[in-house]
Amino acid sequence: MSVLADTEMTMVLAMNSALDMALASDPKVLLLGEDIADPSGGVFKVTKGLSTTHGAARVRDTPIAEQSILGAAIGAALAGYRPVAEVMFFDFLTVAMDQIVNHAAKFRYLSGGQHPVPLTVRTVVGNSRFGAQHSQSLEAWFMHTPGIKVAFPSTPSDAKGLLASCIFDDDPCLFIEHVALHYSQKEPVPDGDHRVPLGQAAIRRAGDDVTVISYGAQMPGVLAAAETLAGEGISAEVIDLRTLVPLDFPTVLASVARTRRAVVVHGATRFAGPGAEIAATITEELFEDLAQPVVRLGARYVPTPFLASGLEPLPVADDVVAAVRRLAGS
Amino acid sequence: MTDTPSSTPPPAVLERMYEVMRTVTVADERARAEAKAGRMPAAFYPVRGLEGVCAALGAALSAEDQLVSTYRNLGDTVAKGVPLRGIIAELHGRVSGTSKGKAGTMHMHHDPSGLMATTGIVGSGLPIAAGLALGAQLDGAQPGAPRRAVAVTFGDGATSIGAYHEAMNLAALWRLPLVFVCQNNGWAEHTPLAAYAPSTDLAARATAYNMTARAVDGFDPMETWRVLADALDRARNGEGPTFVECRTYRLVGHTSSADYSYMPKAALEAALARDPGPTFRAWLVSSGHLTESRLDEIDKAVDAEVDDAFEFAQSEPKPEPGDIYDDVFADRTWVEGR
Repeated sequence: MSVLADTEMTMVLAMNSALDMALASDPKVLLLGEDIADPSGGVFKVTKGLSTTHGAARVRDTPIAEQSILGAAIGAALAGYRPVAEVMFFDFLTVAMDQIVNHAAKFRYLSGGQHPVPLTVRTVVGNSRFGAQHSQSLEAWFMHTPGIKVAFPSTPSDAKGLLASCIFDDDPCLFIEHVALHYSQKEPVPDGDHRVPLGQAAIRRAGDDVTVISYGAQMPGVLAAAETLAGEGISAEVIDLRTLVPLDFPTVLASVARTRRAVVVHGATRFAGPGAEIAATITEELFEDLAQPVVRLGARYVPTPFLASGLEPLPVADDVVAAVRRLAGS
Repeated sequence: MTDTPSSTPPPAVLERMYEVMRTVTVADERARAEAKAGRMPAAFYPVRGLEGVCAALGAALSAEDQLVSTYRNLGDTVAKGVPLRGIIAELHGRVSGTSKGKAGTMHMHHDPSGLMATTGIVGSGLPIAAGLALGAQLDGAQPGAPRRAVAVTFGDGATSIGAYHEAMNLAALWRLPLVFVCQNNGWAEHTPLAAYAPSTDLAARATAYNMTARAVDGFDPMETWRVLADALDRARNGEGPTFVECRTYRLVGHTSSADYSYMPKAALEAALARDPGPTFRAWLVSSGHLTESRLDEIDKAVDAEVDDAFEFAQSEPKPEPGDIYDDVFADRTWVEGR
């Protein structure tokens, strides 16, 4: 019996560790994407060293052609493989939507259960240093597409565990990273086959006065806000959803039933964003218990302004603090 | 039709090809009639004119080879060996259909036959077929493993879309065991080839990907079979992909109900004069491969099988209301009630 230890890792290293573990443990795992093989090792270095260790036949560089990357990954999945396709930026998935939405997400249903598509798509939300075509958080599009699971980790340990769960899940999964989280934190990450189940939210901070529900890149700001609020005597419970499909409504509803106040925070556009679904469900289920309407904080309804412009489209920690103060004061 | 003894399939294969063509012609006509009569409430895309190409491909593919097709798939599915009852039941939305009745005419999957997918999105099957071929290539690289090939069918209309170019490029780059079977029926829905492409020699265009490309008379099942069998052999032997342009003509409208009075009369009449089913039948007799009486027996058996498939389909139950949540994900717990 091997004794597994923890190793301090950034999110990039943690994901590399998940991919390395998956490639080593299952010969059917296959990686496809632009520049993912060595010496490049991926533009964000997530796949660094993997083609050297596992061979260029299994860690494959592709042309800049997202439809064929996704299509080939779907076909390989139909052939019994577990492909992990890297799409460099979330925005680039828009040119391959047909393959994901019309094919990957539907083939199990359209084949009457004959053809599961155990495909994982890894993609990255950029920041506005790149402008409006490299910084969109489009997770709501995929939540709106029956047949594909959606994971968005906020910590290195979750990134490893969720990525491993996505790879070994028999349904297609979209695994979303945020570039701001790639190197921002280091924490002990379990070695070996660490898994975080899909559909299980994490309570990052226990509290009694208000529930703040978030995920992905907004989590550090939300936790900072909770700390500030604690200094003011306001106790916020913070839930990290970790996956948006399946969405852990039981954890969310149990918390809000107790706190009677809820704020949903995300980097996706607020209008018709994930928060709308979450707020509506809370309202449907807990209308009588709520002290206040559920508050939604999301990106403003604008294309992402260029970073250097100084314009901020995203909710920041201060916005969370202000929203919670308003709710708690009632 | 040419007949080279060394490269003509054995009589059993010729019989099977004829049987497939006859089945497709009769079932296609019946499907259009059932749709018109309202007994089959489905969009149906006729395959009349493609029978020879489908039969040739079916005969050239091994049982282990895999196929990806389009929404115009009745010929491909029958030729690949998908049971007719399952196909026709799916066309009627019945639980005994290939996809339990929830997918319909455009979406045929039949794992046991190697019919891996058909798609309603023009050109989208090509990248998926490239992935299946990648799987075949990786599997075939294992010591002692059998080699299989993948074929993908698509109309001439698909040669305009991006997915086609991406898949052609990828297949040639990776030397995938993939045969691109272009069923060129001369029409992209209601627009003729010359009106949407400045270069109408599709096989010539394909060579630009550094890929072997051939053009064949798709109304000649023997020539088509030889070219496809050779392309599939090359694929299985690791010699990379081939593009095969099968030149045919659509003998009816784009859909079962579409008007096609816009199709030039002379061209349509010339094509109908070469209708692949009757032409192949006459050749089988004149070349001495099969007798009239044997072909009459096949006709009779096919007619009975088609009748049986439609009767079966129309007497089978539809899915239960609760079945709507099956097969979204492996586990339906979370899906229900969303």
